[in-house]
Amino acid sequence: MNTKTKAETQPEDAFIDEICAYPGGEAVRLCMQCGTCTASCANASKMDYSVRELIGMSRAGLKKEVLSSNSSWLCLSCYLCTVRCPRGIRPTEFMHILDTIANREGMVNTRTLILYRSFVGLVHSMGTAPALYLMTLFYLRSNPFRAVKMMPLAVNLLRHKRLPIRPHRLKPEAQRQLKTILAKAKTLEESHETV
Amino acid sequence: MKQYSYYPSCCLHGDAVAYDLSTRAVAKSLDIELLELDQWNCCGSTPFTGIDQLGAICCATRNLALAEKTGLEMVTCCSDCYLMFKKADSFLKEYPKLKANVDEALAAGGLEYHGTVKIRHILDVFANDVDSNLISSKVKKNLAGLKVAPYYGCQVVRPKPGFDHPEFPQSLERLIKSLGAEPTPFPIKTRCCGGSTILAETDACLELLHKILKSAVSNGANCVATVCAFCQLNLDLYQSWVNRKFKTNINIPILFFTQLMGVALGLGYEELGLERGIVPTKKVLASYLSA
Repeated sequence: MNTKTKAETQPEDAFIDEICAYPGGEAVRLCMQCGTCTASCANASKMDYSVRELIGMSRAGLKKEVLSSNSSWLCLSCYLCTVRCPRGIRPTEFMHILDTIANREGMVNTRTLILYRSFVGLVHSMGTAPALYLMTLFYLRSNPFRAVKMMPLAVNLLRHKRLPIRPHRLKPEAQRQLKTILAKAKTLEESHETV
Repeated sequence: MKQYSYYPSCCLHGDAVAYDLSTRAVAKSLDIELLELDQWNCCGSTPFTGIDQLGAICCATRNLALAEKTGLEMVTCCSDCYLMFKKADSFLKEYPKLKANVDEALAAGGLEYHGTVKIRHILDVFANDVDSNLISSKVKKNLAGLKVAPYYGCQVVRPKPGFDHPEFPQSLERLIKSLGAEPTPFPIKTRCCGGSTILAETDACLELLHKILKSAVSNGANCVATVCAFCQLNLDLYQSWVNRKFKTNINIPILFFTQLMGVALGLGYEELGLERGIVPTKKVLASYLSA
């Protein structure tokens, strides 16, 4: 697998090489464009490009088009494509890898990305991601006006004792431990990227 | 009495508190002891892994390292956490370079993980570790006449074949039958409900919910039994939105399968968190609930 032919070292291969370097992404080159992934996808009709197309485009080096599309952000992580792929590719991981690269390179600003960032921020500061905090943070950052529309839902949850104001917290030393681990992971990730 | 290390998840400490209550109550009556994992953190679920794979796997592995110290199997109710833990565990075994990074990050926090924890979902435990004859013998209120749509959602049985088939599982049907109730046909029982994406892509997810609810109702179900906190929340909380958007009149209670087990085992309405359902559960369950 590591022996590259002449064609594979062309500049347009940089993008697919980058994808394949992530754990879970290495099999993407094996795609035979059968479309089983797209046929299994619950959100395919709402995507700019289907999973099958995204893989083909990535192989063709169309990085900008792939990363600026809405597709990977509509992936629900239901893993049906991964179950069914006859080539053993993990399209769900492929979609996550696209999210990761698009986020890192600042290529998009979708609502789903704002949701993900809010979630990660909470875990970094609290160790968990309680629904009330996540909803508040997400709507403040994405569209405060939409929060008004969502209020009845929050009230409904509160009325049914399903939106605790004081969530599970870690003890200070456990929280510090988690922060240290995540900080170390971040430096390892960054040093890997500069190699 | 069999013991498990219990990972509750953020959801079960939040909107899915009824899942936590009913799981603990049912486990107790089946002589299972659930010991909550001390100082657990977020599993590093989909929103995390979507933008920071290494950080997410470190989150998951911290919990696994803590569970490993207990020497017990780790059970969780949340399908997303279940998938994430299994994924972290298999990725660590599959990718040595990733493992080296995770080991180094964990070591910074004074932890290590050796890959020995057996990760379980509560459905797997109740359906496979407990003898169904034992459950039948403990049933105080036979649920005869109750038609239940067995809804698995997506992540509990995927991506690799685990305790059940990734597309056509049967565990929940078996469990429902052992309570005396009737599982209804449910062709899209492993279709995704949209999960947390519903916050960002509400309209797309309402379509998915509509299909699932329509399928459950048209197959004659009186209620839906779920195994996932997100599925229950989305089908329950957004049911009125589905009705408004698609001009339907669906009114079907969405239960956790553990609540259904609890009713059959003679446990109380509030003990099982049944009053926390947004779509009222009382009418459908009235003839089975102990006074």
